Amino acid sequence: MKKLRYRRSPEIPTASMADIAFLLIIFFMLTAVFTTTQGLRFRFPEDDPSQLNVQPQEAIHIKINGEDQFLVDQTPMTKAEMGGYIRTRMAENPDKPVIIQTLPDVPYYVMVEVFDLLKQLEVQNVSIPTESEIERWRAFGIFE
Amino acid sequence: MKLRERVYKVAPTVPTASMADIAFLLVIFFMITTSFSPERTSVRLPESIIRAEVSDQPSIIAVTETGEIHFTSGEEASVVLSGTEELGSLVQQIVELIPSKEFVIKADRNARYELVDGVLEALRSNGAKQIGLLTRPGGEEVQ
Repeated sequence: MKKLRYRRSPEIPTASMADIAFLLIIFFMLTAVFTTTQGLRFRFPEDDPSQLNVQPQEAIHIKINGEDQFLVDQTPMTKAEMGGYIRTRMAENPDKPVIIQTLPDVPYYVMVEVFDLLKQLEVQNVSIPTESEIERWRAFGIFE
Repeated sequence: MKLRERVYKVAPTVPTASMADIAFLLVIFFMITTSFSPERTSVRLPESIIRAEVSDQPSIIAVTETGEIHFTSGEEASVVLSGTEELGSLVQQIVELIPSKEFVIKADRNARYELVDGVLEALRSNGAKQIGLLTRPGGEEVQ
């Protein structure tokens, strides 16, 4: 019996390997969810009931009533007017605190817009009191 | 003088043997550099110009437009909470372990502010210090 002889050397076909790998890359790229890890950061003031960190009378008080309806120190303003007003007040006293009060029915993004505007104007001392804090301030008689 | 026509003994080919190596290298690179987020609630974030990087592995509180609250401590997948009371007790547990833990609020841009206010209250009254509000790039630049 004659021995079988291979004329070609034995090979594993690897030509489609690259296709498979690129397919995997494309699959992972399409299914990847891009996560956001950036935003506006702030710190809550240290909780010390004996002293209030913000003196509401001396602060700029922004009340957000709705989209582009702002009551800044009791004066109705648009967003552009508010920017100018805060800039002039900040020039007088850069440490001036700014209080953002948002009404419950206002969409969240309006408040973020205002906060962003203050950050852009480099306001250092932004206070975002919660509803219960405002209640407490009212009880102390130092707010409205 | 008559030039002899050149005859190729080997058919011309583009070498593609290393293509697979390159592709798999890319696959491995992407797999290693991808970080999996434990919070995958789909919300439309509000826009802002100023965007600072939040700390590594923060606790994430997602607030949907309809008022659902999802929470993750940063390690395991997020869970739906019954309300701000439950959030408060979870925040308290985390703050006891890691006082400097950052809490990130990932709220829908059209969510009523009342919902976010409730979350902020739960965070503040339970000892959270560092807060982040996730945003996406955009918004108006101040003149």
